[in-house]
Amino acid sequence: MLIELKDIRKTYFLGEIDVPVLKGISLGIDRGEYVALMGASGSGKSTLMNILGCLDRPTGGSYLLDGEEVGGADNDRRAEVRNKLIGFVFQNFNLLPRTSALDNVIMPLAYTAGKLSGRECRRRGVEMLERVGLADRMHHYPSQLSGGQQQRVAIARALINHPPVLFADEPTGNLDSHTSEEVMEMFGKLNAEGITVILVTHALEVAERAGRIIHIHDGRIVTGAFERGGDK
Amino acid sequence: MSMIGTIIVALKALRRNPMRAMLTTLGIVIGIAAVIAMMEIGSGSSNSIRKSIEKMGANCIMVMPGAFRMGGVSQGSGSTMSLTPEDCEAVLRECVNVGKAVPVVNARGKQAVAGNLNYSPNNIIGTGPDFLSIRNWEIGEGRAFSDREVDERSRVCLVGATIVRELFNGQSPIDCELRIQNVTFKVIGVLKSKGANMMGGDEDDVVIAPWTTVRLRVTGLKYGSATSTTSKAATTPSELYPGSGVALYPEEKDNLRTDTLLIPRFIQIDQIVLTATAPERVDAAIGELTALLRERHKLKPEDADDFWIRNSAEFMTTITNTSKVMTNLLLCVALISLVVGGVGIMNIMLVSVTERTREIGLRMAVGARSTDILRQFLIESITLCLVGGAIGIMLGHGAALLVESQLGWPIESSPGAVAAAVIVSAGVGIVFGFYPAWKASRLDPIDALHYE
Repeated sequence: MLIELKDIRKTYFLGEIDVPVLKGISLGIDRGEYVALMGASGSGKSTLMNILGCLDRPTGGSYLLDGEEVGGADNDRRAEVRNKLIGFVFQNFNLLPRTSALDNVIMPLAYTAGKLSGRECRRRGVEMLERVGLADRMHHYPSQLSGGQQQRVAIARALINHPPVLFADEPTGNLDSHTSEEVMEMFGKLNAEGITVILVTHALEVAERAGRIIHIHDGRIVTGAFERGGDK
Repeated sequence: MSMIGTIIVALKALRRNPMRAMLTTLGIVIGIAAVIAMMEIGSGSSNSIRKSIEKMGANCIMVMPGAFRMGGVSQGSGSTMSLTPEDCEAVLRECVNVGKAVPVVNARGKQAVAGNLNYSPNNIIGTGPDFLSIRNWEIGEGRAFSDREVDERSRVCLVGATIVRELFNGQSPIDCELRIQNVTFKVIGVLKSKGANMMGGDEDDVVIAPWTTVRLRVTGLKYGSATSTTSKAATTPSELYPGSGVALYPEEKDNLRTDTLLIPRFIQIDQIVLTATAPERVDAAIGELTALLRERHKLKPEDADDFWIRNSAEFMTTITNTSKVMTNLLLCVALISLVVGGVGIMNIMLVSVTERTREIGLRMAVGARSTDILRQFLIESITLCLVGGAIGIMLGHGAALLVESQLGWPIESSPGAVAAAVIVSAGVGIVFGFYPAWKASRLDPIDALHYE
């Protein structure tokens, strides 16, 4: 089991009222799975995604990533986990402006503990851009790329440290149907190469590509918590 | 993240807004430029003062007769006649911290005549051969006089460059004759030009001769009681009243006096000029001198000294202190402008952190630790300050050079000041960049990512 959540709870304390967002989530995801997380807005799926991506801490419960308890780890360890074990793709791409595609891709390597030479960093960046089919655009700025291309650069950045799992928070939310297709094909291809892909969406046609759909409603999982998906 | 990588990231971030970076760092530029200019001009001026004092003789000590008090009124320095050549010899013999010592007699206001020209030298000094080395004076042409010539009261003299110009029309005066008060001197040497002293007086306007010659042949003997004065006007009461012309004994003829040189029992000298064996021994030498002269002059413990001791270090400290006070005041102003510049840096760094909140969130999301973020922003502000400091160093040095060329003030470029400027500007970067950087490092990645 790559990811194992047990009774994850998240409560926001807004002054005097406590707002429970996740009310006891338990789920398991195996290596190599392709999982879609669905739910209406306000259902807590983004919060769950942030906890899965080690950006946020759960208020209670346990989160095992690759057998390690990361829910309660200290900030530096969680930063390292984000750097090495997790790739994260955002809805709004989050590329650095006025920075070339290649520099955007290799940016996370700057925070990797083991020292890589500048040349090695570039080699890996070019390799990743080749993998997402953008090797010819590596010196372009984000403003010179289309939305789909920008999202693929973001995917290359997420994969630079060869993480076993890739999280995507509404990766097609800012894209039109044609470029969404481009990006979704990319995810399919990466999953076929053995990377675990977990994405949040509320578009059913996007979710249907996944092997398993987890429905969340009002801070609880409705369906899909543990069963294995069929087609891979 | 490696240091070089962080610096590159910082430089890239600064390049995104070059105009803003430039204006931000202007405070630091001006502050550092002011510091550098002040230091260079300040150390240049104190250096030139030090040099002009060294020219006079660095560890030179002067002993002068003290003031005579008549009816409670001090008659000023030199109004008593308390120093003798024997004092000078005793000093040389008994004070271990004294290197060289010579007696000095002055014959001011006498006219010197050579050929058909006459001139009043500022200084006619009678002294010993060591005087030249004590005062760091070199012979340009000819030779100095010897101890033997002092003993023989030889009528030889050395002249300064001004005398050569005024009395000899710039021609070499060696072996020419020069008359002072009808005493004929042979010029045996010309002193190397020293230029103006630090008070602006002409140091070359001088005739130097053996002190015995000057005292016994030119100024006349000064005998007598310890209370007699050098002035001719203030003499014995009998001269102030009618009948003073009546002499009890036949008057001594002038020619008789100069022909038969009687060594008087008690000769007065005007100064003893001496050196300590080393500059750091000056204070020890002064202590010895005071003790020895008090003993020789038979002063009781409650009596005041009947001599004055001055040394060139005193002049040096007085004048250097004055220029130091000025330099320090200006440095304070420059430091205030550095603080103002630092506040500007802090301001713009805070703006930068707010502007780049999403970038910070993203960097955290891909694995930057809060220390990485702290370091990135700290290095950015240090880089900003160091670049400002570098520009400031160049501007300040340029300003100092401009002052040197336009106003003719001496400057001295000091590597110490440059190092201090670099350290200070880096320090300003750290001090004023820390709060914004710390604020950036405390951001929550999720909030930062969704910041609009």
